[in-house]
This record gives sequence, structure tokens and C-alpha cells, in this order.
Amino acid sequence: MTGMTVIVKTVTRWVKVFIFLYGIYIIITGHLAPGGGFAGGVIIACSYMLLTLAYGKEFTLKRLSSRAAHHLDSSGALLFLVVALFGLGSGGIFFANVLQNRYPGAKFTLLSSGTILISNIAIGLKVAASLFLIFVILSVLRIVLAEDGSQKMIQEEEEE
Amino acid sequence: MVYALCFALFVIGLYCALTKKNIVKIVIGLTIMEYAVNLFLVLLGYRKDGVAPIVEEGAGPLEFLARSVDPLPQALVVTSIVIGLGVTTLAIALCIRLYEKYGTFDISEIRRLKG
Amino acid sequence: MGIELYLIILLVFLIIGALIAVETKNLLSSVISLGAIGFGLSIAFLFLRAPDLAIVQIAVEVVLLIFLIRATIGRDVIPTKGHIHWAGLLIVCLLTVGFFAFGCYAFRSLNEFGTPIISAVGNAPSNKYLADGLKETGSANIVTSILLDYRAYDTLGEATVLFAAILGALAVLRGRAWSKRGKDK
Repeated sequence: MTGMTVIVKTVTRWVKVFIFLYGIYIIITGHLAPGGGFAGGVIIACSYMLLTLAYGKEFTLKRLSSRAAHHLDSSGALLFLVVALFGLGSGGIFFANVLQNRYPGAKFTLLSSGTILISNIAIGLKVAASLFLIFVILSVLRIVLAEDGSQKMIQEEEEE
Repeated sequence: MVYALCFALFVIGLYCALTKKNIVKIVIGLTIMEYAVNLFLVLLGYRKDGVAPIVEEGAGPLEFLARSVDPLPQALVVTSIVIGLGVTTLAIALCIRLYEKYGTFDISEIRRLKG
Repeated sequence: MGIELYLIILLVFLIIGALIAVETKNLLSSVISLGAIGFGLSIAFLFLRAPDLAIVQIAVEVVLLIFLIRATIGRDVIPTKGHIHWAGLLIVCLLTVGFFAFGCYAFRSLNEFGTPIISAVGNAPSNKYLADGLKETGSANIVTSILLDYRAYDTLGEATVLFAAILGALAVLRGRAWSKRGKDK
């Protein structure tokens, strides 16, 4: 899958950092303003999709290979589970907000809500990595014109 | 009146999922049904002249309790929107696979060909 | 009355968009109408004082549009051959009209629009979440505190469902199609 023209590439080079930063902002301030892990994760995945559309698939896969995306995805889900079991281990209740109960922070600041921040980061990581993987594998299949005139779909060689 | 219009949206999606022959149209019908259900759940929790359920700094807690909208349907609908994304992604993957195996999106042709 | 009037206008726009998405023959047009419905839904969420939902709906809508356009572009729609089953279509129309009438009758038992259940029932759980949310969890966004502290089990279930759905889509899309050398069976 090839990239696009020079104008699109130049604009993408400047804009993708801001989209990524906006996604991180929405994840981190999820407990103070509307947002949270899901919306932020989808926005981060959108920034990588923009990179893939503008520069082509090979360039993006050199930056973030699909194996690394699989690892990030699984580690996001595992981090969420670890937070849950941590509550079980030291509070007696599954998912107890132990950091808030033991070390309460000042209200309306960034570190004020204990394990909610860690859960938001874990979910954002997981959603972003999953959607990026789906988009990369959707852009692999393409249609060619076969010998008898009908349209068939082939797949390029698998990487890794 | 608002509930009736929301239910009409659901019925339009149901009609599309039942009678269309193109499989991508069926997926679109399912998505319209899911939008209608999410909207209905949030409509249930609206309070007249309400505020969003986010605590401002320096506001009284009793007045917040009396004026805010219901936060519980909103939490459930966030979950529902993200699950709808996952299910529709899987449906689109199946559509693409069906196209490359049978060469068409038409379900009556696919039923006749049978690989 | 102000918000209700805006919502009725927006819902009429959504219904017109849904009718266009259902009836056009061109697949790309119906996918774009679906995008219009999604954006209108996000504005409706803003009118209903749910900013968290509006952000999630817009982001998910854009990603869904990208995936749907990827699936449908370039594929020609072979027109459906001939016979429309008139009897089946008539039965479906009668059933949907009957279902709609039954729904309108069943909605009479709901509260009027604007008075939620929590204003009538005193000890509903939402009242406790609104009253004690900031003190117990320390987060100012009550919806986030419900999602990740009071009802975190549901979020674990949803992360599992998303994981399984993405894994299923990857498993379906991987694997060889018709190889380049010849058509194997």
C-alpha cells in the first residue's frame, strides 16, 4: 500500500504528534474532565492510522512492528488484571481502590484517585494497540484483476 | 414523543436487517439498531435543566445531587459503544472473507453456491 | 421545552438519514449516511448532558467509517437478480408496523421525558454514587468513577469482549486467499 502526495505527507508530519498528544491528554485526565481510557485509546489509534494512510504500510511497520503491537495489547490487558488482583490481595475486595484508601491525594489534582489512573492507562494502551493491528491487517488485502477477467483478492506475503 | 421517534429509528434498522440482500446493508442495519438502543438508554436518564455529572470545584454537594442527570446509564452506554465497535469489526472481517471466497456480496447467491 | 424541541428536530434528521442509508443502491452513499447518523447522535448526546459519551461516540464513529469504507470501496455491486418476494416483504412490513404500535403503547408506562427514575426513588444507587463519589474515590468525573471503581467488574468484562472480538477478526483475516500461482480449491 503506497502513500500519498507530498502535501499530505508534510501536513501529516506536523499534525500526527498533536493528535498523539491529545490522545494521551484525554487518557490521563480521565478522572477530572470527560474522557477516559476508551476515547483516548481510539484517538491514539487514529494517529497511527493517519501515519499508515499517508506514508504507506512498510514505513509504519518499521516504526511499530506488529509483534510489538501484539505485546502492547496483551500487556495492557494484563496490567488491568494486575490492578484488580492487587485490590483483592491487600483489601480483601476485588478491584478495591487501595491507593485511594491508604494514600488519599488532594482533590481535583492529577494524582487524586488512586488506581483509576492506572486502569485508564491500561485500557487506553489496549484499545489503541488492538485497533492499530486491525487496520494494518485490513490494508494488506487488495484486489487484482485475475486472468479470466473477474476480480480476485490476493494477500501480499506475510511479514514477520 | 421523543421515545417514539427513537423507537422508529430502531424499527428502520430492524427492517433493513431483515429484508436486504446485500450483506453490507445488513451490517449497516445492525449498526443503526445499536445507535437507537444507546440513544434510548441515555434518554431515560435525562433530568430537565440538568447538569453533566462532573463535580465542579466549590459547588455544594446537595445542589449537585438535585440537579445532575443520572450517571449510571451513561456508564453503561460507554461500555455498549465500545462493544458495538468490536462486534461490527468482526462482522466486516467476515464480509470481506465472504467476498473473496464467493466473489459477491449477495446472500442469495452465496446460499446457492455453497463453496 | 427547549431541549426537547432540539432533540425532536435532530431525531427527524436522524430518521431521514437512516431511510437514505437503507434505500440507496450505492454502497458508498449508504455508508456515508451512516456516518451522518453517528455524528448527529454525538450532538444528541451533548444535548443530553453526556460529554463523555459524545467524545467516545465521535472517535468510534470515525474508526467505523474507515473500516466500512475499506470493506466496500472498489467492490462492484452485482444487481440482485429479479424476483422480489412480495409475500415476504408484506409480512415483514406488517410485523414492523405492529411492533412499532406495540412499542408506542408500552412506552406509556415510562416516566415523562425529563424526570428520571432517581428523582422518584430515593435510595437508588445513582443517588449514592452522586453523593459520595468524590469523597470515596477521589475522582471528579462521576461516570469514570462508576466505570472504574464502583462497577469495575463490568469494565473487565468489556475489555475481555473487545479482546476476543479483535482476536476473532485477526484470525478471520489472516491466512491465504487465492494464491497468485493458480486457483486452488
